Amino acid sequence: MADPMPMTDSPITTVAPGWAIAALGILGVLAVTAAMLDGALAARAGGKPGGTMAGPVRPFGEAARLMRQRRRTTVEADRLLWRLGGAGLLVVAALMVTVVPLGEWTIFDLDVGVMWFNAMDVMVWALVWLTGWGANSAHALVGGYRFLAHGLGYELPLMFALVAPAIAAESLNVGRVAAAQDGLWFVAWMPVAFLVYLLGVAAFSVWGPFAPAIGTDVAGGARAELSGVDRLVFEAGRYALLAAGAAFAVPMFLGGGAGPLLPDWAWVLVKTVALLAVLVWLRRRLPAFRPDKFMEVGWMLLLPAVLLQDLVVAVIAVGRS
Amino acid sequence: MITDIAFWGIGLVAVLGGAAVFYVNSMARATYALALSFVAVGLQVLFLQQNYVGVVTILMMLMEMAIMAVYMVMFMGMNPALMPMSMVHSNKTAIAVALTTFLALATGILMVDWPTRRGSPPPDVTMALGEALMGPKMLVMAVISPVMVATIVAGVVLAAHRTRYDRFGDDLKQRPADDPQPGGVGR
Repeated sequence: MADPMPMTDSPITTVAPGWAIAALGILGVLAVTAAMLDGALAARAGGKPGGTMAGPVRPFGEAARLMRQRRRTTVEADRLLWRLGGAGLLVVAALMVTVVPLGEWTIFDLDVGVMWFNAMDVMVWALVWLTGWGANSAHALVGGYRFLAHGLGYELPLMFALVAPAIAAESLNVGRVAAAQDGLWFVAWMPVAFLVYLLGVAAFSVWGPFAPAIGTDVAGGARAELSGVDRLVFEAGRYALLAAGAAFAVPMFLGGGAGPLLPDWAWVLVKTVALLAVLVWLRRRLPAFRPDKFMEVGWMLLLPAVLLQDLVVAVIAVGRS
Repeated sequence: MITDIAFWGIGLVAVLGGAAVFYVNSMARATYALALSFVAVGLQVLFLQQNYVGVVTILMMLMEMAIMAVYMVMFMGMNPALMPMSMVHSNKTAIAVALTTFLALATGILMVDWPTRRGSPPPDVTMALGEALMGPKMLVMAVISPVMVATIVAGVVLAAHRTRYDRFGDDLKQRPADDPQPGGVGR
């Protein structure tokens, strides 16, 4: 039988599988950075730190607190699905970054990398719902369904936002999409797709305007019954998803490793951190999207806007070739 | 060797996941057992070098199973879906049909003369598959798609008990519309 997934002749070098550990490390550092920034912003906003430590050190204090916390149990919980849902977010984020090239290196140079990322972000639908379902608790289940309601609104616009760079690059390979932005970054002529993509990243990270699924008005929603290390892994997964989404935007819209002076890999990291900071900052700047009303926004506003963007990109792409 | 073992291992996961759908006693477990089975099939398709088809299979099936959770509470009247329940019914008929089908198919597999491979696979098997499936029938497909969409829309319109007169009043001038569930863009 042939080897699965032959590597394409892309401008990217595939590194040895052992480097996946390094990629995980980078993802972890990015997630912790995002959490520290969020802690600093929370302290500045005067919000309750939620623990004994406030400011940028809050994530460490929270982690220490949660690791010592006793695990809460509920009656008739579907423990298998509950744990799968809570731990899965981190795994999905890790699988997302496997196709993101760090400058000229990548772990998994899949010829349909864009689709791979898309499949992983769809997996979040299942995981958040399972987290809400597994606890056998009404508030958690309401949170799970809130996420699905958001999902029905954001997923199609997100998919069509990912289509735009792929059309322009005439490839679904992430390295080729990055290489196709020689001179002009895709963000410059596909701003609508970029904004909708960022909205999608916030959505699959259950972040900012898409946080009602874990909102305080339903006692914490999908994570209502999560405690101790389960909650820590769930929260870490959210930050990791945010970081993975920011990292994927770099080859898709922000020219990959292109930039003066610094080497390619450094530019990828700089752009990722910058975008991640914007996403974290936006959390306190945008109102929540009501799950019962967002679907119409997604289908009546975002979807037509992003389809129009795809049309413009397709016409330009045909005109250039 | 390793790829062979992985291929057969994933195949086993697909079959066992499919069987688990009928064995478990909760809608959620049955749904995600089916999702696991389909993800395994998608991974197997990757081994056939149909990368696009494989990843799309994983994507669509995960999304479909999440949507299934929505249907679970939308269409199952008193929400038995949220309680433990049996995933099987009409057991005797089902067993008879399943066994007959299995025996018929297995006999066919054993009896038929399998052809030997002619030629070699093309470099881009996904493209070749697309050509083989759609190539000469592209016009038919292009015509059928809008007809299918129109059928779906017409079906929903006929099935919905509320009409535009309920929404906009008898003279269709009432704004905003009178909806039981207001939308997000204020139509």
